Amino acid sequence: MTAQTCPRQHQRTTMEIASLEPSLYTVKAVFILDNDGNRLLSKYYDTELYPSMKEQKNFEKNVFNKTHKADNEIAFVEGMTIVYKCSIDLFFYVVGSAQENELMLMAVLNCLFESLSQILRKDVERRCLLDNIDGVFLVVDEIIDGGVILESDPQQVIQKVNYRLDGSEQAYGFDLFDYIIGNIDGQTDRRQCA
Amino acid sequence: MIKKFDKKDEESGSGSNPFQHLEKSAVLQEARIFNETPINPRRCLHILTKIIYLLNQGEHFGTMEATEAFFAMTRLFQSNDQTLRRMCYLTIKEMANISEDVIIVTSSLTKDMTGKEDVYRGPAIRALCRITDTTMLQAIERYMKQAIVDKVPSVSSSALVSSLHMVKMSYDVVKRWVNEAQEAASSDNIMVQYHALGLLYHLRKNDRLAVSKMLNKFTKSGLKSPFAYCMLIRIASKLLEETEAGHDSPLFDFIESCLRNKHEMVVYEAASAIVHMPNCTARELAPAVSVLQLFCSSPKAALRYAAVRTLNKVAMKHPSAVTACNLDLENLITDSNRSIATLAITTLLKTGSESSVDRLMKQISSFVSEISDEFKVVVVQAISALCQKYPRKHSVMMNFLSNMLRDDGGFEYKRAIVDCIISIIEENPESKETGLAHLCEFIEDCEHTVLATKILHLLGKEGPRTPSPSKYIRFIFNRVVLESEAVRAAAVSALAKFGAQNDDLLPSVLVLMQRCMMDSDDEVRDRATFYMNVLQQKQKALNAAYIFNGLSVSVPGLEKSLHQYTLEPTEKPFDMKSVPLANTPITEQKTEFAPVATSKLPEKPGPTRQDIYQEQLAAIPEFQGLGSLFKTSEAVQLTEAETEYVVRCVKHTFARHMVFQFDCTNTLNDQLLQKVMVQMEPSEAYEVLHYVPAANLPYSQPGSCYSLVKLPEDDPTAVSCTFSCTLKYLVKDCDPNTGEPDDDGYDDEYVLEDLEVTVADHIQKVLKPNFAAAWDEVGDDFEKEETFALASVRTLDEAVGNIISFLGMQPCERSDKVPENKNSHILFLAGVFRGGHDVLVRSRLALADGVTMQVTVRSSDETVVDIILASVG
Repeated sequence: MTAQTCPRQHQRTTMEIASLEPSLYTVKAVFILDNDGNRLLSKYYDTELYPSMKEQKNFEKNVFNKTHKADNEIAFVEGMTIVYKCSIDLFFYVVGSAQENELMLMAVLNCLFESLSQILRKDVERRCLLDNIDGVFLVVDEIIDGGVILESDPQQVIQKVNYRLDGSEQAYGFDLFDYIIGNIDGQTDRRQCA
Repeated sequence: MIKKFDKKDEESGSGSNPFQHLEKSAVLQEARIFNETPINPRRCLHILTKIIYLLNQGEHFGTMEATEAFFAMTRLFQSNDQTLRRMCYLTIKEMANISEDVIIVTSSLTKDMTGKEDVYRGPAIRALCRITDTTMLQAIERYMKQAIVDKVPSVSSSALVSSLHMVKMSYDVVKRWVNEAQEAASSDNIMVQYHALGLLYHLRKNDRLAVSKMLNKFTKSGLKSPFAYCMLIRIASKLLEETEAGHDSPLFDFIESCLRNKHEMVVYEAASAIVHMPNCTARELAPAVSVLQLFCSSPKAALRYAAVRTLNKVAMKHPSAVTACNLDLENLITDSNRSIATLAITTLLKTGSESSVDRLMKQISSFVSEISDEFKVVVVQAISALCQKYPRKHSVMMNFLSNMLRDDGGFEYKRAIVDCIISIIEENPESKETGLAHLCEFIEDCEHTVLATKILHLLGKEGPRTPSPSKYIRFIFNRVVLESEAVRAAAVSALAKFGAQNDDLLPSVLVLMQRCMMDSDDEVRDRATFYMNVLQQKQKALNAAYIFNGLSVSVPGLEKSLHQYTLEPTEKPFDMKSVPLANTPITEQKTEFAPVATSKLPEKPGPTRQDIYQEQLAAIPEFQGLGSLFKTSEAVQLTEAETEYVVRCVKHTFARHMVFQFDCTNTLNDQLLQKVMVQMEPSEAYEVLHYVPAANLPYSQPGSCYSLVKLPEDDPTAVSCTFSCTLKYLVKDCDPNTGEPDDDGYDDEYVLEDLEVTVADHIQKVLKPNFAAAWDEVGDDFEKEETFALASVRTLDEAVGNIISFLGMQPCERSDKVPENKNSHILFLAGVFRGGHDVLVRSRLALADGVTMQVTVRSSDETVVDIILASVG
């Protein structure tokens, strides 16, 4: 590290807890990385946190390096509380400030993971996620809006997104079948059984 | 066209990324398909996904191309494919800042927001609010109000959250929706409740009464959402802090009741709120600590982490409150999450006993390389605090620190370690050599200039006094060869100190200096040349003055004096003695460096208290021509705390005069005082020259009046004097409400306590980093010695304290600290007497029945020596 980066590092390394300003803005960032640490999806809600793309990617890399070896659920990096979860070749991260209630962040992470594992039919791995990245974008959009927790119940999220899984012929078979018998509403349930 | 991606892609293995080789231009080219009729939802969806993916990867879109794609996208609103429509909303939000004329979609979004499809309504509101500005907000205000109270929870939540986002931009408009938000707050849906509470608080947060009412209402009616409870707890604790309400307030009761909530999230929030409250007693903390203790054994890592982190915080202030959790914390030190283990150990280090230190340190060293820098700093801070608590453990700590110093780590981390080692060295003389050796090894490979210069300075100060100083020379000279300018210069200064103090090293140091004189940097060359010449003189006095004990003047003062000097052409050489002395750094600060992170801000050399007074006094015409301010004493109270008039006095000493500044406060709201002054009657030959009264002294506004006193010139030994003081003033009664005074007033006076001038007022503290050198420099021309018996003093500590406060001089070489269980001690004091004469005092103390004290005084002026001895006796 060069001397220039010190002042920033300086602010970040203190674990001092200032009093919390009551606010709905809970989540600072969310991102999903693959097992090489590449970004698949990421959203930063606090524009002051890492304003440039370069800083964001550096942060993601730093977080990845500190977390990918062990599935420890929670870490503290660059002055931020980070809760995370890995699944096969994917890493899910939710970032909050050092003062944030860790359990609220966990609620967001769990909701994100549960919702995705439902729409991806438990097949939470990189390829499947990328094939359905549009659905993933929509799920994230339903869970967090501009840093505010919009929904924390995975069932509600699935219902709101109402996403059709792609890349599976079988599903279209059902769609067609449903369409023929006029059972549009039953789609989601049917697919979950399959 | 059902398949999204090529078969080929799929066959190349599951590791490949279908978006890997996306070209922005190709994707934008493809986006033209949006204009085709009929719309192919699948293909369009795929292209839209690619655009969003590219934006998410940080691809830069120019305004032109973004606008073009955006306008093409608007056509897709004609399709009724759900996912496609949802992706359009996302595109709108993503492009809101990069494309122009995004407001074009307003009507489409308004239609969706008010339409029948509930799936569209919420997302449409959020997209619409993203592109709406203050002027357009008025147009959709009606819809927003309806949406907030909509019975579909997703619509209501979306409207509330979007309103919250817009408060920053259009507070006045959103404020009008407060009734709707109020209605939404009583919704059955937990998220709607949470969002409504958040918006209401945000709109009312500047109105403490409204916040208090709102809290009252919700804490009584109860809420369903755990998120909303967390929010309420935060609001309540903020209000408690602001109003400084006692812990018997209903708000505190509410927070405490949340410790029994069924959601862990709420329980933790409440415990954390209680722990972070200022001035909590151990009894109030106990329930919070016990729930945290339960969390310590939770299977959820996040909960264990949260609990131990909060306990760590408690342990900083109330270690005894956490002792009950020691057993649970012990279980956590083997936690697979190293962050939790580290926090557990550092907490135990704070609460545990001396005997457990070795074991805990061993435990930490087993995994210290695995944890992040942030936690390493926490560990170092814990060790630092521990060293102060158990000085005997320094060898274990030193060993551990040196190992940490060898590992990789950032600047903050290294700095914390170096600071910690330095403080150990200063506290424990026996650890000096090992500590210096570790630091020497560290600077061999140190990339941080600040740390390297700091260590070199320390080496220069401590190295020459160790039994074998020669071994440090190599480390220092290596720096001259290898490092940047700042480090080289620091190394040269350190070398000079070795040469000056150790005669047998002098020839080699001179050779090394000679080489430094060829340096490419002028600062390094200048220093080398200067030290070379000083060292060649081989005079102790010169060495002391120019190498060991640097300038003792205040730097801003010197700058000002030099500037003044250049403005007035004069034949006289510049007189260093006319520059005000620097207030010595307060050594006490070291002890405060305990658990809190190392100094927060870069220390600014701002004006000192004395500099500020100097400015103030210079502005008063009567005090011109007194010369520069020599010393300002601490304020003395001349009244009891709760009297009608409160007066305190600050004594300013000049070369031949003293100015007494009386800061007066009138605590009677029905009186206005005018022409306020303090009349002084001296007991000795002091002459009061002038009074500067304070013109007006209204209720509770402090004012200052001054007295100028001439010191007796014919008798320089008269350093102490007692003044009897009387406050004189003109009273005018006034209306307590308006402060309007009556026209007539009457003279009155008020007797104050006596004011003492002592020898300490004539001496400014000066820190001599190397006392022995300074002692030799002053020489024994005017040395005098006397022995006194201090019968009333029982311990050496007390004697040292008394002498320091009586003489007002600076203790050097940490001689103000008396080692435990010793019967004798030597105290070194340094200062400058009024008029610029250095004074040094060496005082040998021996403890028998009382304390016997042998005082040796040296100064460059005989009178000063006499004055000191006379005043001690």
